Order: sequence, then C-alpha cells, then structure tokens
Amino acid sequence: MNEPATSACSKTRNPFTGVEANAVGVRVDAISKKYDGVTVLKNVTFDVQPGEIFVMMGPSGSGKSVLLRQISGLEYPTSGTVTVDGMDPCLEETRYRVRIGLVFQAGALFNSLSVYDNLALYPREHRSGGEASIREKVMHALRILSLEDAARKFPSELSGGMKKRVSIARSLVMEPQLMLYDEPTSELDPVMSATISEIIATLKNEYSVTSLVVTHDRALALTIANRVGILMAGRLVTLGTADDLRSSTDPRIVDFLNPKIDIEHPRFKKLEAQEKDTS
Amino acid sequence: MKRIVSILEGVGSVVQLLVKSVSYAPTLPRQWARFVEQCYLIGYTTMPIVSILSFFIGTVLALEAGYSMEGFGAKEYIGSLVGLSMARELGPMMTSVLLAGRVGSAITAELASMTVYQEVDALTVMNIPAARMLVLPRLAAILVMMPVLTVIANIVGWFGGAVVARYVSFVGISSESYFAALRHYTKFKDVIYGMEKAEVFGFVVVLVCCNIGLSTRGGPREIGAAVTRGVVVSLILILVLDYFVTKVLM
Repeated sequence: MNEPATSACSKTRNPFTGVEANAVGVRVDAISKKYDGVTVLKNVTFDVQPGEIFVMMGPSGSGKSVLLRQISGLEYPTSGTVTVDGMDPCLEETRYRVRIGLVFQAGALFNSLSVYDNLALYPREHRSGGEASIREKVMHALRILSLEDAARKFPSELSGGMKKRVSIARSLVMEPQLMLYDEPTSELDPVMSATISEIIATLKNEYSVTSLVVTHDRALALTIANRVGILMAGRLVTLGTADDLRSSTDPRIVDFLNPKIDIEHPRFKKLEAQEKDTS
Repeated sequence: MKRIVSILEGVGSVVQLLVKSVSYAPTLPRQWARFVEQCYLIGYTTMPIVSILSFFIGTVLALEAGYSMEGFGAKEYIGSLVGLSMARELGPMMTSVLLAGRVGSAITAELASMTVYQEVDALTVMNIPAARMLVLPRLAAILVMMPVLTVIANIVGWFGGAVVARYVSFVGISSESYFAALRHYTKFKDVIYGMEKAEVFGFVVVLVCCNIGLSTRGGPREIGAAVTRGVVVSLILILVLDYFVTKVLM
C-alpha cells in the first residue's frame, strides 16, 4: 500500500488507435477536507495502482464524492496531498499530460449540445484531428456504449441510464489514462446497473484504463473491484480485496455489507399503526 | 467587516476572471461560431426592445422640452436637447440598463445553472477553461454589439422626438427645424462619447454577470439568487460608473 503509485508496469491501450501508453496511478496521502469548519475527509491515505479498478464504498454522506473532487483536481484538500502519476492534478499542466475522465453522478452533460456535440467537444477544443477523424472517434465511442441512435438527441431527451452512458462515452473520447466514476449505478434499474458494471470492467480489461469508482452499491463493488476501500464518516476504515471484505469480522464492515432491517424499530411500528388506521 | 471582505473578494475574482479571459484572446478566431452566436443573442435579440424603449425616451424628452421651452420661446431648440441628451447620456445609459436586465440576467442564469449542474466542473476536468469557452466570446461580442445598440438607440430616440415635435399640437415645430437644431448642436464627438460610455458599461455588466454565474455555489435555489445579484450589482455599477466615466471623458 505504501509503494508509490507510478506508471512503471501497466500499459493502457487507446480504444481508438490501439496505441499503448503508460497507465497512471493515484496516490492519496493523508488528505483532510474541511468545508466551513466541518471536516468531511479525515486523514485518508491510499493509492490506486496503474491499471486496476479500485472501488471506494461507503454510506451516503461519507465523503466519497468529495474525495473524487480532490483526485480529479477540482479542489485542493485542506491538508495532505493527491498526486496522479506523480503530479498535482489541480495544475493545468498535469491535465495536459494526464488525461482524466470523470463520470459525474448526474452526468453533467452540456444541455445545450446534442449527444454528438457533447462527445466532440473535447477533441474539437484540443484540436485533436480534423472533423472526419473526430466523427470517427465519436461514433466509435457511441458504438462501444451502444448509443449510436442517440447521437442527435439532446440530454433532456435521454433516460438516466443513457445519460450515464453518454457521460462515460464523453470521457472515453478523451482517451483517458485514468477514469473516475461517481456513483455510476445510482438511480438505475438492476439491468442497467449490470450494463454499466460490464462497461467499467471492459474498459479495464480491454484498454487497461486505471479506474476509481466511488459507490454505495455493494454488488457493483464486489463484482468489479480489484481492491475495495470503505469510507465511513470521512475515515477510511478498511482496504483490501473483495474476498478480504467478505471474510472480515469487523462489525462495521459486516453491518455495511449485510444491512439488516430492524422491524421492531419505532419507525416501522409507527408505519404499521398508520396502515392499520387507514384500513 | 465581513461585508467589506466579501466585496473585495468579489472585485478580486472579477479582475482574475478578466485577466484569464484576456489571456485566451488569441483563441478567439477559432471560437468564431460562439462569438457570432453571442453577437446574435446580445445584439440582435436586444435590438427590438432597445428600439421601443429609446423611441419613447425620445418622445418624452421632446414633450418635456416642448412644455418647458414654450414659456420662453425656445421651442426651436428641442432638437438640440433631444439630440444631445440621447447621444451623451440617455442612449448609452438606458441601453446599458436594458442590457443588465435582459442580457446580464440571462448570462448569470445560464452560467449559474452550468455551475450548479457541474457542467463547468466537467469543462475543468476536460481541460477546457470556462474563461476561454464561456466568458471570452461574450466579452468580445459585447464590445462589438454595444456601440451598434447605442447608435440604434440614439437614432430611434431622435426620431421619437421628431414625431412628438411634429404632431403634438402644443410643441408643433417642423421636422426640418427639429433636425436642423439636432444636427447643429449634436456633433459626431458627442455620439462617440456616448458609445465609449456604453462600451464601458456593457463590458462591466457582462464581466460581472459572468463572474457571479461562475461563482454560484449550492443548489437550484441559488440560481435565482445569483440572477438577482447579477442584475442589482450591474445596475448599481452602471450608475456609479456613469459619474466617473463622465468625469474622465469630459
């Protein structure tokens, strides 16, 4: 765990050109984050090895999305450091050298642009090729995500699952070396959740893209992860493989992985009484 | 004290946004489509309402001037009064006020909603600076469209005055004498002076509204609050700047 996360061993393969590049690693070193005096992340340390899928789990409000904002370079931590391939992700220079794709929880698609233009924005802005090669790239990404028919649609015309897939496709067009996913299966039905899980695994298996997924979806985490961390109230309480977690005897982890509904809880009793009154 | 600090922070972030946007100026030629779109939104769509407003400002000016000047037999000078007032003050001022209400609010709402719904974050991760893609084309468009809007406001206002001067019985002067007085006393430099003022007001309105939009934090409710803040701050700045710009240009 304390080995530096560098790009020494693994290679990513460009999904469009097939060209190989070094996969990147992430190192999160003792970071804390405070908002208006409230500490959201407390001394979190871990690394993501190049080419692996790391899943950070935790209940809602445990600080998972905030952690992702620090790693994607959208915010600086209050203390501690984050490095991506050994560099500060907040710097513009790093973003030129390391391509980071971020799949936002709500998609964060550009509402005024069609799906096609959402995907074409990055290559157009960074002048990577002419319009013909951009078109080829965009259509290829749409094909990977089975979205060819949605190219002309606008985000407002898409379902939640499609928005998520468009968001992944938009990141894919960036030819990312690191993919960050913020709750990729939230608000999705089980079939769509399974599809998204498959897509994340495919990107890792076929293109060796380093992936960091934050989620509270236990099924997703235990299916696709090489390693899993659990964040509770801003603290990293455990780190290990999916099997390590399943065999853990730590009551916090057991409770998190196997939540029990206490039907004797006063809240349920009250609901039961209300139901009786109504009938 | 907290209020002063927040005002200073606001000024600092506006200056920072200006410097950043200007540093991307060389990218403007390849943002031609966005620039043209903004010219259309800022200029073309604002033109009808600027025309209507200016026409009636011109008519009211002529009415008031006619009423006041009748007493000392100076009705022939109505044209000069309307001409100068529109060119030097009311044309640029009312165009800017209208711009703050119509364009400033739209810019703040659009950018605030893009910020709240993480579209701006998505741009940052894609290494596309918001100052380059969202602010620069708007600033360039306002620099081009503001003088055009001001000239239209002046011309329509002058014609509004002419209609009242000709057709309202107690004013009752001919169009020829109205325009002769206007031409004689309103010089080209007065029109340029008004355009310079309008340029400053328009630029500040767009810059401030972009900054307020991009610094919106929180949920959808904040979008409405940001729009109100954008319009109020713009109106105050127009009035305050009017004094200083007038003093500097005199």
